[in-house]
Amino acid sequence: MLVVNDAPTTLDLEPRVSLLDALREHLHLTGTKKGCNQGACGACTVLVDGRRVLACLTLAMQVEGREVTTIEGVGPHPLQAAFVRRDGLQCGYCTPGQICSAIGMVAEHRHGAASVVTDDVTTTPDLTPEEIRERMSGNLCRCGAYNGIVEAIVDTAPAMAEMAPALTPVPA
Amino acid sequence: MRPVDYVRPLDVAEVLTLVAERPAARFLGGGTNLIDLIRQGVERPDTLVDTTALPLAGIDTALGGGLRIGATTRNSDLADDHLVRTRYPLLAQAVLAGASGQLRNMATVGGNLHQRTRCPYFVDRESPCNKREPGSGCGALEGIGRSTAVLGTSDHCIAVHPSDMAVALTALEAQVELTGPRGTRQVAMGDFHLAPGETPHLETVTQADELVTAVLLPPPSLGVARYRKVRDRASYAFALVSVAALLDVHDGQIRQARLGLGGVATTPWRAHAAELVLVGAAPTDEVFEAAAAAELAPAKSLPDNAFKVQLARRTIVATLRRLRADGSAS
Repeated sequence: MLVVNDAPTTLDLEPRVSLLDALREHLHLTGTKKGCNQGACGACTVLVDGRRVLACLTLAMQVEGREVTTIEGVGPHPLQAAFVRRDGLQCGYCTPGQICSAIGMVAEHRHGAASVVTDDVTTTPDLTPEEIRERMSGNLCRCGAYNGIVEAIVDTAPAMAEMAPALTPVPA
Repeated sequence: MRPVDYVRPLDVAEVLTLVAERPAARFLGGGTNLIDLIRQGVERPDTLVDTTALPLAGIDTALGGGLRIGATTRNSDLADDHLVRTRYPLLAQAVLAGASGQLRNMATVGGNLHQRTRCPYFVDRESPCNKREPGSGCGALEGIGRSTAVLGTSDHCIAVHPSDMAVALTALEAQVELTGPRGTRQVAMGDFHLAPGETPHLETVTQADELVTAVLLPPPSLGVARYRKVRDRASYAFALVSVAALLDVHDGQIRQARLGLGGVATTPWRAHAAELVLVGAAPTDEVFEAAAAAELAPAKSLPDNAFKVQLARRTIVATLRRLRADGSAS
């Protein structure tokens, strides 16, 4: 049984079916995109128990009983409006992954996470554009809309921190 | 398609019974490497044993002042842990230097130790690869080898070990705890990964009926430490060269130095030769250069990866100089 966007559904799947294919091909939630299908692009980013993960490298079986949130369960969200306002997209294919990733990223930061560009990892730095670029590096944009994406996240991060889900430990 | 079973046991004893009966079973942690390799046909398990419901996640202080890191702890939880950040910042930095936020949320510590090389000839089933198919040859030796290793290589394999975390664990002198039907044993990080030699398909000392259950860190050392990673782009890429370094200087003399290298070797590399030059000497640029030269003297390069020898030398020296500055500031 999968819980996707608060809706419990029961699927009968072969064990190798990825969460990505379960969402797209079985539940017809095609907002989550299949880019590289090998963990290199971030287009398939979804939230599992509030944490951002790659749906292409997650088996549907692995998230049985856990809360999956896709772009369909996110909106309307202030970050989506900010992406439009700041030209954070061109073709839009990476956008659902960018939005889900940014929501997870802000929750991680609110939880106190440092990054590799944080000079002192015992501290939690402000979400500067440099920190945002590093923390969002798992989401590629072939149109090169990165400047707009970073601006949209800068605009929205304070509001998103208020909305951030509590991060529960991943193992059930 | 060959059928595959998926199981998610709740205790370690159940796991050990299961894998004893199924030698072609594979442990599944975060799946960030294994799922991709199954999709490519490189890994062909008959059973996937999901380890993430086992009671092995979490980080606790260990007897004697060290740390016990459960094997299914996620990489992001490891990097976020207060004790790791304050007492072993080198490890937090190394983990944060690897992969992306999404992948670190998935990947486990035990899985990271067992991840496979990203050598393109290993993943490409149409190329020969002694690691994938013993005896078939090595496509990388005469192929395009920019990412390949210059230390610890053999005539059979020059694939790089891809982990950042493991390089830091090597420098920190961590122990790996393995649990099997004969009980529990501990293996030093320096002995855990196997040089390719004539058997590049054998990568760790983990036996088919054993499970990594924890990584144990000794109490923190004196001095300052830092992880420096050099790659083709600023983030989300494997290392060309990485250096995990720890330096303790007292009264103008290096009391302790520990160095791990990533991106250049077939295993997470402990730079013993460099350490021998450093310990007891003054922390001068000349000594740092001599240490790097000693470590890299046995390097064997090919035209495509020869740049790594110079890049490793410069990265070792730059990291040590930075630590010298960090140490005198503190």
